[in-house]
Amino acid sequence: MSPFLETAANPRSLRRVVIEPVTRVEGHGKVTLLLDDEGRVRQARLHIVEFRGFEKFIQGRPYWEVPVLVQRLCGICPVSHHLAAGKAVDMLVGARRLTPTAEKLRRLLHAGQIVQSHALHFFHLASPDLLFGFDSERDRRNIVGVIGAEPELARKGVLLRKYGQEVIRHITGKRVHGKAVVPGGMNKELTQSARDEMRRGIGEIIGWSREAVAIGRRLFESSEQSAQFAVFPSNYMGLVAPNGESDLYDGVLRAKDAAGKIIFDQVDYTKYNRFLREEVKPWTYMKFPFIVSLGEEEGWYRVGPLARLNVADRLGTPLAEAERQAFRAAAGGGMQHATLAYHWARLIEMLHAAERIERLLDDPDILGADLVTSGERAFEGVGVVEAPRGTLFHHYKVDENDLVVRANLIVSTTHNNQAMNESVRSVAARYLDGKELTEGLLNHIEVAIRAYDPCLSCATHALGRMPLQVELVDAGGSVISRMVKGSDGRVTDGEG
Amino acid sequence: MPDSKKTFQLDDREVPFREGQTIFDAAMAAGIFIPHLCHNPDFEPHSSCRLCTVIVNGRPFASCTQPAVAGQMVQSNTPELRDMRRMLTQMLFVEGNHNCPGCIKSGHCRLQATAYELGIPDNHYQQFFPLREVDASHPGIILDRDRCILCGLCVRISRSVDKKNVFAMTGRGIDTTIVVDSPSGLLVDSTVSVDDQAVLNCPVGALMLKRMAFDVPFGDRTYDQALYSEDSVARFQATEANRHG
Repeated sequence: MSPFLETAANPRSLRRVVIEPVTRVEGHGKVTLLLDDEGRVRQARLHIVEFRGFEKFIQGRPYWEVPVLVQRLCGICPVSHHLAAGKAVDMLVGARRLTPTAEKLRRLLHAGQIVQSHALHFFHLASPDLLFGFDSERDRRNIVGVIGAEPELARKGVLLRKYGQEVIRHITGKRVHGKAVVPGGMNKELTQSARDEMRRGIGEIIGWSREAVAIGRRLFESSEQSAQFAVFPSNYMGLVAPNGESDLYDGVLRAKDAAGKIIFDQVDYTKYNRFLREEVKPWTYMKFPFIVSLGEEEGWYRVGPLARLNVADRLGTPLAEAERQAFRAAAGGGMQHATLAYHWARLIEMLHAAERIERLLDDPDILGADLVTSGERAFEGVGVVEAPRGTLFHHYKVDENDLVVRANLIVSTTHNNQAMNESVRSVAARYLDGKELTEGLLNHIEVAIRAYDPCLSCATHALGRMPLQVELVDAGGSVISRMVKGSDGRVTDGEG
Repeated sequence: MPDSKKTFQLDDREVPFREGQTIFDAAMAAGIFIPHLCHNPDFEPHSSCRLCTVIVNGRPFASCTQPAVAGQMVQSNTPELRDMRRMLTQMLFVEGNHNCPGCIKSGHCRLQATAYELGIPDNHYQQFFPLREVDASHPGIILDRDRCILCGLCVRISRSVDKKNVFAMTGRGIDTTIVVDSPSGLLVDSTVSVDDQAVLNCPVGALMLKRMAFDVPFGDRTYDQALYSEDSVARFQATEANRHG
């Protein structure tokens, strides 16, 4: 599927370009480009060198702490970790089916998370690149620049995110790192006043989400780069309802190949490790998941908004479903492979989540008081949700004393690991001439990575000044050129 | 009721006291909060945490065990004592493994609440990261030594109230730890039960009932409802009123 990736006959003879972004929150990531003698990009490696260690340090903790402990993995999508871990812990207490109120509150919480995260990603992080161009003036290419150039758009983006955060706050008590999910249910009823407050704002949120989809579509369709920028075939995976409809909170796993043919479907996610395995490589802490039936080389896949719109038969809300049909029609009715289409897909999902919120708020069950259930105790639990960035797996084993003895988390950035490498390689192959390191190249690579919305880049772009270190190293290991973009945005040769 | 003729001076206030009353209890009865961790109005004071230290006529004493005497000059709310209390609390944080965001006791924990009221933004000192054992062997109780502040409340309550002597301290200095009186050293083989006062009165997250997972939402937790100082003064005043009218 990616003939140039990891397949160079003699990697030692390749020259090496290292792009080293040092992030403020998630730690440290860098990109290495390995060039051949003609200066063509033969390999791309996105290194995730920070080590989080959550799987290790939750060992020995009681299982009921886990949904709260693990949400500290992230400050942007803690709700997704809270929910995935909560679903795994539900299995441990035998809560096979939650009460209607608990399940709907969780779905509402999840929809709020989708709105706030997708709004943050598009308006705050990605829109500067898309509105002003990848090579535009760096001091302008940030949310402050968007506020200056498109104040109404920026205002709506900020308020969309705020609405999603308010949904989260009403349910968990806080906008970030709240607590709502307990084993077998939820810890708090939704008050009538909170429901009414959210209900009052939802019409405007749906309206703005529709406008956002129109902008995403226009930006994609009007850009000459859309059809060329990191467009490559891949497999896709996502969670769908048993009837094939998109379901971001619960369902079965489905994977399709690049032509849209089903690889697997109706897979019980608790048996995920029969269908997915993870490969370890020595140069990164991030694993490489692959579809078992296709093998390590061919089995990589993409997850997230683009994948979800490619694998689902339909979206279960009318406005978003109409937009999904337009999205698929733009790809000739087949699979959409353009990396930049992630943004358009993300906005369609935001609209879908907003419609879901409206529907859930009108459901009488949402104000119910029956919140917790339990059943026969189990010692292994798996929870899966579609987090904003893609499919999120939490898998725990506990001992007879209730302590976690084993944990496995597969986060969306990990699923997209190989796809991000392929995107970087694709972009670098197009824009790097082999000897000249340009700021434009760095920007293009950043844009490719950011389309997937991985944790390592989202924090760094908040002010449009992702610190980068670029080194051109020959096959003998000598640095023949260096380029540094500091956190103040200035580009230097890195000396002094 | 306090004998209104007998008073001592606490900072800039005259505080009445009853014969035999401690400086701490008289201050709390008068609505003056003195930070503390190991003292609980329902049980005998112990003066082990030293957070309630005050200066009496120029010398430091633990106010929870120091009897009030008429005419004493007592200082509590001074910059030096506030710094000392802050330092003691920070040392408790670094000597254990306290992870407030993931702790079930968060919002109900006196160590956390004290830190907030003393204005402690971080641990300040280097973390010790001690290796301590979690005892989850009992079906209904978990002993998490990582979170123990060695206040000794469980030891005292188990001995004097529950009449069981389940808990004791062992080791010295930084190696001091809670041990369980059972053949295996595990809770499951001890006489402890889920309704023991020793278990229910741990001020931090060291001794807890199992499966009480975050069931109290934000806003309803003990110290969401009232500041630790307000809650504590009210508890001591209620106890005083019950005992002495």
